[in-house]
Amino acid sequence: MKPFAYLRAETVADAVRACAAHPGAKFLGGGTNLVDLMKLGVEAPGLLVDVSRLPLDQVTDTAEGGLRVGATVRNSDLAAHPAVRTRYSALSQALLAGASGQLRNIATTGGNLLQRTRCPYFQDTSKPCNKREPGTGCPAREGAHRDLAVIGYSEDCVATHPSDMAVALAALDADVVLHGPEGERTVPVTGFHRLPGDNPDADTVVRPGELVTEVLLPPLPDGTVCLYRKARDRASYAFALASVAAVLRVRDGRIEHAALAFGGLAHRPWRARAAEEILLGAPATEATFLRAADAELAAARPLRDNAFKVRLARHLAVDALAELTART
Amino acid sequence: MDPTSTWEGGAGEPQAPGDLPSATLTLHINGTEHTLTLDHRTTLLDALRHHLDLTGAKKGCDHGQCGACTVLVDGRRANSCLLLAVSQEGSRITTVEGLADGDRLHPLQEAFLERDAFQCGYCTPGQLCSAAGVLAEADYGHPSHVTPHDAPVGVPARLGPEEIRERMSGNLCRCGAYPRIVEAVEDVAS
Ligand SMILES: Cc1cc2nc3c(=O)[nH]c(=O)nc-3n(C[C@H](O)[C@H](O)[C@H](O)COP(=O)(O)OP(=O)(O)OC[C@H]3O[C@@H](n4cnc5c(N)ncnc54)[C@H](O)[C@@H]3O)c2cc1C
Ligand code: SF4
Ligand code: FES
Ligand code: FES
Repeated sequence: MKPFAYLRAETVADAVRACAAHPGAKFLGGGTNLVDLMKLGVEAPGLLVDVSRLPLDQVTDTAEGGLRVGATVRNSDLAAHPAVRTRYSALSQALLAGASGQLRNIATTGGNLLQRTRCPYFQDTSKPCNKREPGTGCPAREGAHRDLAVIGYSEDCVATHPSDMAVALAALDADVVLHGPEGERTVPVTGFHRLPGDNPDADTVVRPGELVTEVLLPPLPDGTVCLYRKARDRASYAFALASVAAVLRVRDGRIEHAALAFGGLAHRPWRARAAEEILLGAPATEATFLRAADAELAAARPLRDNAFKVRLARHLAVDALAELTART
Repeated sequence: MDPTSTWEGGAGEPQAPGDLPSATLTLHINGTEHTLTLDHRTTLLDALRHHLDLTGAKKGCDHGQCGACTVLVDGRRANSCLLLAVSQEGSRITTVEGLADGDRLHPLQEAFLERDAFQCGYCTPGQLCSAAGVLAEADYGHPSHVTPHDAPVGVPARLGPEEIRERMSGNLCRCGAYPRIVEAVEDVAS
């Protein structure tokens, strides 16, 4: 690990100022991803601005009937929050499907959104990697890519975004609030993570020095139910091979509201707009669910070793929609 | 103790803090305050093991993947290998050495002995601290991945074998003592 200076920020303004004043500075949330990557030599910040004790650790109701989640709320606390469990159960389930109890106690909302890919080449500094060192190549394309992307990838990078939480937030139409040297802005979660294109070094649209301060959950339409489903190599404590977050309202057998997002398939949570278009207004039947999943996944271009992920995602989506229909 | 001679590999190496960025900080561990000067890179795990001679918490993977380093931070279980010691000033830390009440073992320690819930014992300190965290989380009503979506909210969680297995999944046991570990935790939970 490279030596670094350390500063514990007391206010958002202090944190933003300190980070802006030091090129090579990084914010430290729980550190469960950043400290890991520093040990591996993948990240080498000259200054850590510790934001984990900023007063952003509350979950509160918004005037519109939604929820405001502070960036330093720990993953375990967010998953256990009564309003999240009862109104946004997909979010609670996504968080609980990720990492382990002790990691979730440390990991923060902001850090979870900004965690980096688990691509094995990205984590190994002895290997080339366009994301870590632009222009060096992408060994995953022909190498170990079983766990990597099947959709939306580029010639330059086939990495996936590993967050479960972000997939639920994408289906729930959440927004991310950022504070930077140039002020405050709000970005929808669906536009927060990028596709790799020809600059996979940028995971997100976050600008240098911008701090995530909160995540805003809009109210769900009355009568809506939601859930998160995840497939992985072992029953617990493993990243998603594929996952799905679904939000549904069915009345008299017809779908009145549908939002669907896939995880584990792409460089960002994959909001399934083509599937939603088919679902909306259609009868809530397995035939509809299959048609919707297939419409979305028609754009998938699996790599040599990961075509199984497309089938997994298809089954997860159909199962999730059927289960939600049974619940309404 | 010469810290370099006991170095176990990994990162956060205990170098002498010369001109390297370091901090003098106070850590509250098992009810005692310790003031130390540490290289910023020192993890809480390395601070415990190399600077305070508290070798209960173990280093398995050093990357958050095994749970051997689990300690309680302000009563909540956490992987000490991913926490920077410098970020823990002000926290109350409990390691396996602090679980017992004097000579009276913690009920989980008794149950692990009773059930023979270990072979080599390397994962045991982490399992014990993690289990202590699990019991507290269940008391607070925290759900897990296997808790039904319509389970009552705001009441303590009931810990059967399936819940215990899921909640303890962050602690690996290379000896495969899992069945006994689950039994031991269940003994204390019920
Ligand atoms: C063994 C293991 C298994 C895991 N399994 C899963 C899993 O199954 N599913 C899953 O989703 N995740 C999993 N994770 C990842 C885990 O969820 C993330 O490491 C965690 O959410 C990151 O949060 P943090 O607060 O620790 O972030 P940090 O490590 O502190 O930071 C991560 C990044 O975010 C930046 N950052 C932090 N806070 C802010 C902020 N407020 N504003 C701007 N930037 C910020 C940091 O600079 C850094 O670049 C696993 C991790 C481990 C180690
Ligand atoms: S997939 Fe992306 S992260 Fe992985 S080696 Fe290729 S460029 Fe790097
Ligand atoms: S040593 Fe910390 S989790 Fe393995
Ligand atoms: S008892 Fe040997 S690793 Fe668990």
